[in-house]
Amino acid sequence: MAANEVDVFAHEEKRNLELGGHVGFDSLPDQLVSKSVAQGFCFNILCVGETGIGKSTLMNTLFNTTFENEEASHYQSEVQLRPQTYDLQESNVNLKLTTVHTVGFGDQINKEESYKPILEYIDAQFERFLEEELKIKRSLFNCHDTRIHICLYFIAPTGHSLKSLDLVTMKKLDSKVNIIPIIAKADTVSKSELDKLKIKIMSELVSNGVQIYQFPTEDEAVAEINTSMNTHLPFAVIGSVEEIKMGNKMVKARLYPWGSVQVENENHCDFVKLREMLLRVNMEDLREQTHTRHYELYRRCKLEEMGFKDTGPDSHSFSLQETYEAKRKEFLVDLQRKEDEMRQMFVNKVKETEAELKEKEKELHERFEQLKRMHQEEKKNLEEKRRELEEEMNAFNRRRVAAETLMGQALQGCSQQPFKKDKDKKK
Amino acid sequence: MIERPETAVPSIAQRNLEGYVGFANLPNQVYRKSVKRGFEFTLMVVGESGLGKSTLINSLFLTDLYSKDYPGPSQRIKKTVQVEQSKVLIKEGGVQLTLTIVDTPGFGDAVDNSNCWQPVINYIDSKCEDFLNAESRVNRRSMPDNRVHCCLYFIAPSGHGLKPLDIEFMKRLHDKVNVIPLIAKADTLTPEECQLFKKQIMKEIQEHKIKIYEFPDTEDDEDNKLIRKIKEKMPLAVVGSNVVIEVNGKKVRGRQYPWGVAEVENGEHCDFTVLRNMLIRTHMQDLKDVTNNVHYENYRSKKLAAVTCNGVDNTKTKGQLTKSPLAQMEEERREHVMKMKKMEAEMEQVFEMKVKEKKQKLKDSEAELERRHEQMKRNLEAQYKELEEKRRVYEDEKANWEAQQRILEQQKLDASKTMEKNKKKGKIF
Repeated sequence: MAANEVDVFAHEEKRNLELGGHVGFDSLPDQLVSKSVAQGFCFNILCVGETGIGKSTLMNTLFNTTFENEEASHYQSEVQLRPQTYDLQESNVNLKLTTVHTVGFGDQINKEESYKPILEYIDAQFERFLEEELKIKRSLFNCHDTRIHICLYFIAPTGHSLKSLDLVTMKKLDSKVNIIPIIAKADTVSKSELDKLKIKIMSELVSNGVQIYQFPTEDEAVAEINTSMNTHLPFAVIGSVEEIKMGNKMVKARLYPWGSVQVENENHCDFVKLREMLLRVNMEDLREQTHTRHYELYRRCKLEEMGFKDTGPDSHSFSLQETYEAKRKEFLVDLQRKEDEMRQMFVNKVKETEAELKEKEKELHERFEQLKRMHQEEKKNLEEKRRELEEEMNAFNRRRVAAETLMGQALQGCSQQPFKKDKDKKK
Repeated sequence: MIERPETAVPSIAQRNLEGYVGFANLPNQVYRKSVKRGFEFTLMVVGESGLGKSTLINSLFLTDLYSKDYPGPSQRIKKTVQVEQSKVLIKEGGVQLTLTIVDTPGFGDAVDNSNCWQPVINYIDSKCEDFLNAESRVNRRSMPDNRVHCCLYFIAPSGHGLKPLDIEFMKRLHDKVNVIPLIAKADTLTPEECQLFKKQIMKEIQEHKIKIYEFPDTEDDEDNKLIRKIKEKMPLAVVGSNVVIEVNGKKVRGRQYPWGVAEVENGEHCDFTVLRNMLIRTHMQDLKDVTNNVHYENYRSKKLAAVTCNGVDNTKTKGQLTKSPLAQMEEERREHVMKMKKMEAEMEQVFEMKVKEKKQKLKDSEAELERRHEQMKRNLEAQYKELEEKRRVYEDEKANWEAQQRILEQQKLDASKTMEKNKKKGKIF
């Protein structure tokens, strides 16, 4: 019995009702949260930047720990991505953190293809998730989500603005991932230069249509802080795991002859802002945006590529089953067609070759017919000659016999004549 | 028991944090976002009319879902089993809940109740189907979750055990939805009768292998103790009331009898509070999760397996199901390509062999003909030679004989000449 034959009576309007007491469903968010906490969280950070710009150091500083890393050489022939996953825990929250670094980015002489491995990696993670989502028997809630939630783009503090490689790369990535641009090694830029640099960078991004991640301002709880942070982009950061003593505390800093740059001093750099925004305030939003915006876009494009549509030519909307069945039918028809084509090709080939061979056979026969005829001719000739000879021989024999007979007669006469003569003599 | 899916635990490097990082705030972020989104829940109530389903709903949610303006289904006349849904929006403590109550008037009321569960099954399936279609669209927008998260099944308080209809219904629905059986109008049973009844019911449920909703174990030992206590009380015996009565100065919901008041929210009178706590305050989210991760996935995989195995032999192994239908088609395509290649190779082979055979035959007959021709030629040549020889012999003979003749002729001539001479000389007298 088809599902749409149900006789459903529905009150169309959604009524608002007053509660006569405490029911208790206000604990729903807590129930949801405790389930999420029990399951653990996933977060994946992609760091894009030149070799030696401070990606690993920043990660170590952000998470107050030491992640494994080998120092990369400058001689990579192409950009590679190195993902590493760690289990972190803070109070009762378990976080599965994956950091992905671009190794060899910006080192090649020809950097035209530099963005490709990054794009491929991001797409591969989307593809992995999509595959799982499309399986018949799937376990989505179990699946380790490897999609990149945030891309920190490290801008070198050297020039007066963005490099063309930066613009190209960010433009290619902005529809695939949340990008937060940061100015690395900010302790090499003076305050006034920094302000100018920030303005320059932001205006270049805007004029090139690069969409970077905007901290969300819809939620009243965080709207204020987010709006203010949006104006400080890109963040100028410094990373350091070394600590020096300041007053009676140990703080993370970089020690120079002319002073010490404190990582967590907001006058010195924007590290604290970055940490606030990234981890404390907007982590969940980053995950949500990745899933509902970037992943959906990838999925939509992929499905359209495969020929899926939501509505048919007569704008009749397809159910999943119809879509799959249609695809399957198409597919089977295609297979059948290929098979028939191949068979047909063979039939033709056989016919051709048969005709060829028949031709050859005919030729052969003709040739031999010809030879036979020649042979017959020769035989006839031979016969003629033989007859000639026979005739000549017969003629000759006749002559001989005749001559011999004559001779025989003559001899007889001759032998008689002398007899006569003698007789005559005697008279 | 409903199979809960296992969580895979791979081995990954651990790292200790040496200071404040800040992601411990993540749960708060999740909290905030979920409140902003709002919540949805669909509750289905099934049971014969007059068992107090509408009253219980009103009591559970402390609201007049069914009232004079919106009468409950029992108040209406119906001939066949229908499925009715009412959507209400309720707010509490800043949390918005869109509650959908699905009622099944007419269930079990006919004389012949065969297949009275079919409309219920159809409804549940159609909601899963809607969700599946929404989930599978190319352009997905917000997907409202109208799937049935929980089904409260009302058992009449006969005191003896389950009726065949109860068993049949629960068996058919336990794979599709979370089923929670309740003993309705529990104020007609004494505590002892209630205990026996519960034991009997649970025994029958186990005998028939009915999978009712199970409370998950938590990591907290305290919570687990509570959960075990609740499990011992299953199925919950409930009483509902629309009326508020004053007892000992307190206003309580209850049913007034000449011999006393049966209080709805009194744990010694019935298990209503247990039900409410479990259903709303502690396990609402879990009910939704089990619906999503177990029942819906079951529906989906059955649906998709049917699509892909359409027209293909059903001896495919279970391994097929770990792929998406598209991946499966891809694999079938590859298999087909290989099959065709093999077929092509075979046909080629056969073809080549036949061609070779024929060519060989042709060659053989050519050779044969050549040979015969050669033979005939040689034969002819031999004959020619023979003839030549004969002629030569003949010529020789002729030449010799002619030579001889010439000599003889000469002799004759000489002889006749001599005779003439002699004659002339008169030697002859």
